[in-house]
Amino acid sequence: MKVLVTVKEVASAGDDFTIEGTGIAESDLEYDLNEWDDYAVEAAVQLAEAGVADEVVGVTIGPERAEETIRMALAKGVDRAIRVWDDAFATGFPDVASKVDVFEAVVAEEEPDLVLSGVQAADDGFGATGVALAERIGFEHAAVVNHLDLDADAGLANVHRELEGGVEELTEVDLPAVLTVQTGLNEPRYASLRGIRQAQRKEIAATTLDDLGLTAEDVESALTLTSMYEPESESDAELIEGDAGEAATRLATILREKGVGA
Amino acid sequence: MSDVLAVAEHRRGELRDVSAEVIMAGRELADALGGDLHLAVVAGDVDTFADELNREGVDAIHTVAEGEEFDHNVYQAAIAAVLDGTDAAAVVAPNSVNGLDYAPAVAEQHGLPLVTDAIDFEYDDGLTVTREMYGSKVETSVAVEGDRFALTIREGEWEPAAGEGDAPIEPVAIDSVESGARVAGFEEVGGGDVDIADADVLVSVGRGIEEEDNLELVEELAEALGATLSASRPIVDSGWLPKNRQVGQSGKVVTPDVYLAVGISGAVQHVTGMKGSDTIIAINSDPNAPIFDIADYGIVGDLFDVVPALIEEFE
Repeated sequence: MKVLVTVKEVASAGDDFTIEGTGIAESDLEYDLNEWDDYAVEAAVQLAEAGVADEVVGVTIGPERAEETIRMALAKGVDRAIRVWDDAFATGFPDVASKVDVFEAVVAEEEPDLVLSGVQAADDGFGATGVALAERIGFEHAAVVNHLDLDADAGLANVHRELEGGVEELTEVDLPAVLTVQTGLNEPRYASLRGIRQAQRKEIAATTLDDLGLTAEDVESALTLTSMYEPESESDAELIEGDAGEAATRLATILREKGVGA
Repeated sequence: MSDVLAVAEHRRGELRDVSAEVIMAGRELADALGGDLHLAVVAGDVDTFADELNREGVDAIHTVAEGEEFDHNVYQAAIAAVLDGTDAAAVVAPNSVNGLDYAPAVAEQHGLPLVTDAIDFEYDDGLTVTREMYGSKVETSVAVEGDRFALTIREGEWEPAAGEGDAPIEPVAIDSVESGARVAGFEEVGGGDVDIADADVLVSVGRGIEEEDNLELVEELAEALGATLSASRPIVDSGWLPKNRQVGQSGKVVTPDVYLAVGISGAVQHVTGMKGSDTIIAINSDPNAPIFDIADYGIVGDLFDVVPALIEEFE
């Protein structure tokens, strides 16, 4: 079977950052592979290693800069990748439907049996693309999967969905399906030196909307990001000042007052 | 002018608290849009749930008695039937694990722009949603085009709707659903030797501990304080501590007398699990870490300096 993994290069902000307009200043951002997608990549690569998946293809919506991150997924064992980009994505705030437009076109071309996608992206935290994609392409789906046992012959994925409060739902999902992968599903590997070398020769197909038969109007977003600001601190914590020793002494007093360690 | 449809949530025979919050958010939206608030109650003991959720502000309740537990295909079919039979054009659902299993599909099916994880919204000629980005470091305003949309709301951000309502309760029939995603059962995780929910004092460790080998340090602190060791999600995901030690939305909800958070930033999923603690103390190097928003006492500093000094105080 063929597995398609959606991957996203996400930005994170350091402890100190400046907001410029409706975004964080470029110099304060660091880019990395989305944490949830790292687990999705690992799941796909494990399926390939187990002989269940014949090919693992990565797909991303991202600018040229994202190739460095996508290459890490290739180094971990993804066979090849497709990078779709249009300036429309850079200027606006893409909504779920416009991302699904892109992935739908890629699915039509690649015809995967299984799509793995992170539960959410660490930057915008939307958590919706995988399930919306499943609806669009007529696949079954399961969201927030933290255990996966694939029975390709039976055309089934037996999954656990991680619900709130330490409860997991055991669900049997018909293939083809989109599964959104929760952290903790597996232990994502580090890329080996050999993998990194091999990744240099793997294909990242730069793809335009036009290549996919789409136009900028197709991916027009119904959402506009109109402001970004630092939330007002609601803290009324008593901050304990001083060096580590002084702070520890004060904290020890507070703890003893609360009956700790007495 | 259009109506709003809110969707209730239940699990294993119990309504989840967020159901009453979804009603509150839905009522606010219905007022803004000048329409009625409909509530959909899908699967399980719908009559009991409907009675319980017949609160002030609900104009009509639609029950769909199909199946026992959550099934996104049933929810999708039920919501489609209610949207079809009413003037509702906006859908409000919980931003729960199950909410995220059907709301995006519902939005896609009906061509509704979707905004997830709302913590607030305003309506002034159009909907503007407040939501966080970059792991709670910033808040944003997202403007939505048009008056048809789907919204998922973060649990605990709206007051639960109260009072007794007198909404008519109407059963809605749908064709039986051959679901391609079948629930086979549930599993409680996090059993084992220790129940962190029973502890009076918790020393809880997060990503700031950096490496598995450093866990010894917080273990030593817990021992010195006579406390139980717990952790935030990344520590459990890394396999450094078992799942029964995890505090948060997907782990345990704890309410100890003292909760000492060491190197925990305080993501919302974690805070959900420990905000009921009597006294919260945080040690973190980032003065902007959200954990300080709920802490009673805070030390902004390097845990690798503070924790050894604190252990010494108790030796």
